[in-house]
Amino acid sequence: MVNLGVKLKDLSLKNPVMTASGTFGFGEEFEDFIDLSNLGGIIVKGTTRHHREGNPYPRMAETPSGMLNAVGLQNKGVENFCKEIYPRIKHYDTNILVNVSGSVIEDYVETAAMINELEHIPAIELNISCPNVKEGGMAFGTSCASAASVVKAVREVYKKHLMVKLSPNVTDITEIAKAVEAEGADSVSLINTLLGMAINAETRKPLLSTVTGGLSGPAVKPVALRMVWQVFNAVNIPIVGLGGIMNAKDAIEFILAGATAIQIGTANFIDPQVTEKVVVGLEDYMKRHNVQDINDLIGALQIQ
Amino acid sequence: MKKLVQDFEVLQRKELNDEHFVLDVKALEPLPEIHPGQFVNVLVKDSNTTFLRRPLSIHFVDYERNTISLYIKKIGDGTKKLGELKEGDTLNIVYPLGNQYSIPNNANTLLVGGGCGVAPLLYLAKHLKEAGNNVTTLLGVRSEKDAVELDAYKEYGNILVTTEDGSFGEKGYPTQHSVLEKEKFDYVFTCGPEPMMKAVAAYSAQKNIPCEVSLENTMACGFGACLCCVTETTEGNKCTCTEGPVFNINDLKW
Repeated sequence: MVNLGVKLKDLSLKNPVMTASGTFGFGEEFEDFIDLSNLGGIIVKGTTRHHREGNPYPRMAETPSGMLNAVGLQNKGVENFCKEIYPRIKHYDTNILVNVSGSVIEDYVETAAMINELEHIPAIELNISCPNVKEGGMAFGTSCASAASVVKAVREVYKKHLMVKLSPNVTDITEIAKAVEAEGADSVSLINTLLGMAINAETRKPLLSTVTGGLSGPAVKPVALRMVWQVFNAVNIPIVGLGGIMNAKDAIEFILAGATAIQIGTANFIDPQVTEKVVVGLEDYMKRHNVQDINDLIGALQIQ
Repeated sequence: MKKLVQDFEVLQRKELNDEHFVLDVKALEPLPEIHPGQFVNVLVKDSNTTFLRRPLSIHFVDYERNTISLYIKKIGDGTKKLGELKEGDTLNIVYPLGNQYSIPNNANTLLVGGGCGVAPLLYLAKHLKEAGNNVTTLLGVRSEKDAVELDAYKEYGNILVTTEDGSFGEKGYPTQHSVLEKEKFDYVFTCGPEPMMKAVAAYSAQKNIPCEVSLENTMACGFGACLCCVTETTEGNKCTCTEGPVFNINDLKW
């Protein structure tokens, strides 16, 4: 028996496989396809203080080896989550994390404080990196000062595991990672989507209603791997790696680059069973390489 | 209804004309109940420019043969690759997805299809006839060569055609067909290009006839996770894949 269990500080995962926010609904959407208890954790749809309708259609464009989205954090607000959704999903035998987003610091703080009261939610993922909302979102994650200020404010009210999701749309992601670590983040997840756009040459129009959107899928994987490796060499808190993971081999690459856990995002749309397959694939890899404990692979990249 | 992800075996590919074909795929396990208006999301192999699955309307279901028929138009590389599938090939399918058309009883029903939007209407016509309805299917196509599968529709009722070039049936668009003024319908169902569906919706609204449309918004997952395929409704944005693809026109902001 190999050990797949990992720890993000005090948060224990039965394996490193989590799902990326915005690609997995509230988990319920996948109950027909997989057994959620086989996953290390699920990160549910981005939740804000108030109801958001999101951006107008069209919100998605297929691109080479990836896709652009501009959903814009459509959700019914944190009160609806606590009253309607949480009671339906709290029994899941896996870690349920809520992705918390906002336009102003007060929204983040109030939302995090409400989630803090939910017994079966052991952690939040603070989204300071959404490229698809006009104000807030990514604006918080692209400067050290604003990233630090929102993490500091949330840290005061949120007592459980605080994961902070970082934006790749910055000059030096290690500076942001260090800034949120200094304010008490327990872990960082990276990367959120890369800002991109797509144009229809025939109609001379953008493919997204918002013109720009967030790029995900295998197209972003090399960028994500590079950033995970850079952050791994810059901070002491655990890293959750994501960006274009389609299979167990991709997941292993992120772990070797320094990720303690990984998230699977866009791949869920193409194969709703991919998460379970990655868990099995990690075990196969370990047996094949005679590795007893997955923790021995974290950051085990051999340079020279 | 439980959603499944399964490999199907390609039984045959019928070329209807230079653009359209029908793919008959056989399930390896007994098919679940599938309703008219529902769709599948298929995985395309060996296409560098096709990353996501391709959502396709269910054209017909044959429970005796355990097959689903898909009516496909070759548009991009993904649908062209589907058009190269041969007997015995495998096709991975997520299904059955979406809601369904309403099935009234003993009513005079009109089905209006245009382009590859005709896809769900054949299976709908079958269900409508079985529920004792009178079925008239009106297809709008460019030219005579695009007026395909007419005999299949005839099994379930009347079939009428408009062609843009006047080479077959009445000349013009389906909403210009004389039957719309001659006959009184109780229900209208439509699928096709949005301008055509909006014209059908306007006709139905003017005559005060209930009308359901099937939307073809682009989507990533097909089962309510990505929130990309939304349409604006009177109750806010709704996913076309889970709360549609069939909507009553009164619920849309058209």
